[in-house]
Amino acid sequence: MLCQHCQKNEATTHVKTMINGDYAEYRLCSDCARELGYGDMFPDFTADFGGMLSSFLSAALPARSGATRCNVCGSTMNDIKKSGKVGCENCYSLFLSDLMPTINSIHGNTEHIGKRPVIEYTKVEDEPQAQSEPNDCLESLRAELKKAIEDENFERAAELRDEIKRLEA
Amino acid sequence: MSEAVVSTRVRLARNLKEYPFPIRLNTAQAKEIVAKVDEALQGSDLKFTRIDLGTISDTMKAALLERHLISPDFVRAGEGRAVFLSEDSSVSIMVNEEDHIRLQVIRDGFEPDEAYKIADKLDDMISRRLKFAFHERLGYLTQCPTNLGTGMRASVMLHLPALDMTGAVHRIGANLSKLGLTIRGLYGESSRPVGAFFQLSNQVTLGISEKSAIDNLRNITTQLISQEMKARDNVLGNIEVEDKISRALGTLKTALLMDHSEAMSLLSLVRLGVSSKKLTTLSTDSIDKLIVEIQPASIMTRFGEDMTPRERDIKRAEIIRERFN
Repeated sequence: MLCQHCQKNEATTHVKTMINGDYAEYRLCSDCARELGYGDMFPDFTADFGGMLSSFLSAALPARSGATRCNVCGSTMNDIKKSGKVGCENCYSLFLSDLMPTINSIHGNTEHIGKRPVIEYTKVEDEPQAQSEPNDCLESLRAELKKAIEDENFERAAELRDEIKRLEA
Repeated sequence: MSEAVVSTRVRLARNLKEYPFPIRLNTAQAKEIVAKVDEALQGSDLKFTRIDLGTISDTMKAALLERHLISPDFVRAGEGRAVFLSEDSSVSIMVNEEDHIRLQVIRDGFEPDEAYKIADKLDDMISRRLKFAFHERLGYLTQCPTNLGTGMRASVMLHLPALDMTGAVHRIGANLSKLGLTIRGLYGESSRPVGAFFQLSNQVTLGISEKSAIDNLRNITTQLISQEMKARDNVLGNIEVEDKISRALGTLKTALLMDHSEAMSLLSLVRLGVSSKKLTTLSTDSIDKLIVEIQPASIMTRFGEDMTPRERDIKRAEIIRERFN
């Protein structure tokens, strides 16, 4: 694999960073690693083997560790585990796979059956375009739907799908 | 049925889309939500009174708790927390308790369908005005995963003195969890049963429709009541039990000092006597109303917030004597 920074040399250094809860991974060549400030990662390489081992272990963070923060409300999975309370709507998307086993053990089920919110699209002031240029509006809704699916924002996608159906009808 | 079922409650948990859940909410956001709910409720046929928890005394809060209009957690609530009460107090909407909106409907007796109908209608009305956090798979999103899905908790308050005397309630309680139901004391989670009053409610909210959850609650309630009635036939043939019931009425008619827990045990016995036609005195409905009135904070909001426990015990005995004589 080529260095992600210079795209020329073979990558020899694998860097994982966790800055304010945002996880990132880079594969760099030794020159670029030094240039970007990752050159001196093992200052005590020879000092003691135990220290080196623990530095390896802490570097091997999973892609989403307990330190990953929700960018809407700032909760981490650890916060949720400690309080038993989820921080916001976005946490349910972000931490869904971590929460699923708990949800399943509480309810013995993970699929909602039952009521859905009533959403009224009849208010004219909310959608002035829908009145004047229905086709343009459909286009932009389709684009938004595509983006929502790419972002895995399925709720929004479902709303958009319903809205498109309504306009097409 | 009414001999054993005191009241029915249906509660819906809802959160607004554009705000973090209450645990992550700052005071300014919390106040915005209260204002939005206030505005949305203007669209209802019911008239609501808004009570901001930051502006009332602790005794007032405790009195609301005693009438099941707010939750134990909400007693400690301050700024940015509010409760909206309908004129007859049968509908209460807590804002920024565990969820942004906790809509509750209470009805006397066993009326789960009626209670849900009212809650459902109000929920529809609010959801036309405010956007709720809803997930295709998980349903209504709630701060605690235990309420995901319908966000609905339907509960009945039961008076089960005979099952309590025979110790059967505990055995039944252990089996209920397998059926997705739970049985608890009078004031909900972690409260101890007082005077053989229990709350039976659905535990599971995800993967079960509102209707099925209510049907389930109805079936189990019916079964519990028929067991209670069988147990009553047994215990009431016993002269010791009948003696206790008669003495309870005697004490209620004559005592000069009465603490809350004694009053609850005695009223529970008299309620059992009345509903089994062993005693002729107040009706079960009147006893149920009295049970609400004689709670500590309810006495204090009526007769003075600076009352000492002793003064309350005197007042309580007085209220009870007047009612029974």
